[in-house]
Amino acid sequence: MSQGRIRDVDFGYDQARHLLLRAGFGGTPDQIRVLADWGAEKAVDYILNYEDVPDPDRPLPDRFDRDIIRPVSADERRMYANARSRGDEDALAQLRLRQQQAERNDRRQMREIQKWWLARMISTPRPFQEKMTLFWHGHFATSFRTIENSYHMFMQNQLFRTHAAGNFGDLLFAIIRDPAMLAYLDNNDSRKGQPNENLARELMELFSLGLGNYSERDIKEGARALTGYSFRDDSFEFNAGNHDTGRKTILGVSGNLDGDGFVKAILSQRATSVYICRKFYNFFATEIDITARERDLPKEPARMIADVDRAMRRANFEVKPALRELFLSEHFYSDAVVREQIKSPVGLIVGTVRSMNTPVRDLSVLLDALDLMGQNIFFPPSVKGWDGGRTWINTSTLYVRQNILAYLLTGKMPQGYDALAASESYDPMPLLAQLDKAIPGSGREPAAVTKYLLRFALGQTSGLADETLRSFLAEHQNVVNTETVTGLLLLISAMPEYQLC
Amino acid sequence: MSLHIDPSGMNAYTRRLFLGKSLAFASAAATVPSFIQASALGMPMPGLGLSSIPGVDEGRILVIVQFGGGNDGLNTVVPIGHDDYYRVRPTIGIAKQNTLDLGRGRDVALHPAMEGIKSLYDEGLCTVVQGTGYPNPNRSHFQSMDVWHTADTSGTGAGWIGRYLDSECCGFGKGESGQAERETPSQPAIAIGRTAPLAMEGGKIKPVAFESADLFRWTGSEIHGSLEKPYEELTMRGSSEESAEHPMADFLMKTALDAQVSSDLIRKAVSQRPMTEFPGTDLGRQLQMVSSMIRAGLGTRVYYVSMGGFDTHAEQGNVNGSHANLLRQFGDALRAFYTDLKRQENDGRVLTMCFSEFGRRVGQNASGGTDHGTAAPMFLFGPMVKQGVIGDHPSLRDLDNGDLKYKIDFRSVYAGILEDWLSADSNEILRARYRPLSVLAKG
Repeated sequence: MSQGRIRDVDFGYDQARHLLLRAGFGGTPDQIRVLADWGAEKAVDYILNYEDVPDPDRPLPDRFDRDIIRPVSADERRMYANARSRGDEDALAQLRLRQQQAERNDRRQMREIQKWWLARMISTPRPFQEKMTLFWHGHFATSFRTIENSYHMFMQNQLFRTHAAGNFGDLLFAIIRDPAMLAYLDNNDSRKGQPNENLARELMELFSLGLGNYSERDIKEGARALTGYSFRDDSFEFNAGNHDTGRKTILGVSGNLDGDGFVKAILSQRATSVYICRKFYNFFATEIDITARERDLPKEPARMIADVDRAMRRANFEVKPALRELFLSEHFYSDAVVREQIKSPVGLIVGTVRSMNTPVRDLSVLLDALDLMGQNIFFPPSVKGWDGGRTWINTSTLYVRQNILAYLLTGKMPQGYDALAASESYDPMPLLAQLDKAIPGSGREPAAVTKYLLRFALGQTSGLADETLRSFLAEHQNVVNTETVTGLLLLISAMPEYQLC
Repeated sequence: MSLHIDPSGMNAYTRRLFLGKSLAFASAAATVPSFIQASALGMPMPGLGLSSIPGVDEGRILVIVQFGGGNDGLNTVVPIGHDDYYRVRPTIGIAKQNTLDLGRGRDVALHPAMEGIKSLYDEGLCTVVQGTGYPNPNRSHFQSMDVWHTADTSGTGAGWIGRYLDSECCGFGKGESGQAERETPSQPAIAIGRTAPLAMEGGKIKPVAFESADLFRWTGSEIHGSLEKPYEELTMRGSSEESAEHPMADFLMKTALDAQVSSDLIRKAVSQRPMTEFPGTDLGRQLQMVSSMIRAGLGTRVYYVSMGGFDTHAEQGNVNGSHANLLRQFGDALRAFYTDLKRQENDGRVLTMCFSEFGRRVGQNASGGTDHGTAAPMFLFGPMVKQGVIGDHPSLRDLDNGDLKYKIDFRSVYAGILEDWLSADSNEILRARYRPLSVLAKG
């Protein structure tokens, strides 16, 4: 039995708010209102079909410098060898210095790329595209720390953006040719007779099939298929001399398989789309055990995943139809899903700026906070990406979360920064415009304001919290102004419930 | 309708500098009541209290050091007496004359970068347990790490430290007092890092984790004093009937309460200056924090620190290079740690255990590195350990698919620590019977 569809009568303010949070990064009261008025189908299609929305800042390949890190040229190698044979310490030191300078510049550029992507997530008119880019970044996790080439990280990020809601198969064929990935999983030197198994293993364990759906032998044979898959400068290079042309058997498919043959074998496995749909569910709906046996999954999620999987297979690995199925399901808006996800650090920061329309403030400070909250973009902790869910939260990240929200709302620098740095002020009053429009005058009414803000920021009004907020206002003579509303938002954003979406 | 938000300032909202007298929030003096501390004392929940009497059994502490990525055991404790080692590691093999001797004409010696470890060893503060591993080794980082954390080859279930703390608190083990029930709950374990490791996740006691003590409090109350009280009301509600129906909300409520209670105690502890200088490395910084917390007398029994970068698939180097740097950091940090503990007179209370999720393949690969392998040595530190090398080096000839066959199940090491150091019932905690490895000096 499949999940029912959400009916338009059941799609209102709360549902539109939920959709914006999950499919994107949350919306302002005005944006929520518009989507609610449109109804589920139109709202979902508007978000999914982002190609129809012009991108004011289309990233071009020359957005960043590709020439900071270059392999040593033949000339340089000769110079180096000469210097060494002559024992010319000065020349050697100079060469080393040049190399260190390049690495320093490259780290600086990596920081710029991080800022660029964070700003893009905050400002994009296509939130779903960036949310999917973030999804793929966590799925095909690659870290600058290992590959030390910022331009390759940028290229990979662009790859995810290009295929963001495209075809998963296409993305898989592309990822085994992606320089950042080839470097990260050590495939560049993998050659016949001495295959490196790293990429072959993760390609199946983490990127497509999931643990338990392949054998150690498939890894060994898969590694042979990927021999010779390397890159030169910024481009993929198939090194035929290093490729093992022998017969291989991978996942039951035999022949002289190369990387594409390996990927085709993966795509022919039933487990692949199931695994991807589980990851979708985990990312967009609620936390589940990705590697659980089918029968160990709770019933409702299992049914939902089966629907999403069916839609994806029918569409031959297209992403949009699969997620459309999820976003239009009744289940997606049920109590089992709504407010049952912990915001990722990126979701928390980007979502707060986007929905409350705070100033963006200093991107460096925001990036540092992302790192402390455990989601340093372009630096995932391992090839497994971010575990997410409850692992985002512990007693220390909770403080970082609260403090970075205080920074967004007031400009108050978190610990360790120059406290005197001037910052832009925030005016939260426009958030109340919708309230005032519905019932003129209620935008100054303490009882209405606290309830309205709780519903907007948390998706629910809790009696206890409302009482506390009311007493806070009462202490300030029940005046509703920029300062007191900022105070209310500071308190709401510090509530444990604000971490949920 | 547009989902566009322009960060450059073109939106309709007015912007002005956060300056001047309209800013009641920025300038008002903060009144900070002693609410947090008062609650911490009156709170009927596991908080971080002070231990009673240092030096007695109750004060025994376990520190776990995790090497993430799979440490190359063969280049850490080098099998200098085995020619096969040099045959399959032509460029990365560490020549015998470069290694640090472990005495008694042993067939193994330490990597030359491990001077710190060597000095601890010579002082009798170090034990090497050779060839630790488990049956049907898993070569995935995550799976194998989970195996070590859960002490279960399926890698599922609660963490072994979490189960130990549960048993101390809720009494299915014999406990250190020999009684089934304890009146005071045991203290949560502390991990230095962004997230608490699976090993520390139990059913009842939530571990505390933090990266830096400075960040361990809310700055909002400095913005305006009137925020302090409502903040505490909103964040210290803890679990309630209302939240119990929503597991995520409930989890957050509990964590927020834990954070408030532990914040003050820990910040105070870590702000002390250490009694010795620690290296400025990540591991050095982490062990310095642990040392400070021990000195401050936190009742915590288990601390967890970690160090990454051991996944040396390419260009791992020989006596110098990336692997050597990691080993040097390890040795220098551990040496500073025990120097500091000794000056505090707490060294006798602290047993340290170091492990990695697996060792690396015996033969080097084409990139001058090593791929994921199996068995590897563990290290134990502290004046209570049985100094020396436990067990024989696994054979370099009788291999399993190019990998070492383990000699000692790592759970025997856990069992030895649980039984002999923590006086706990290892069968109950490890959910199986492992012969406890005798790792402590007698007497």
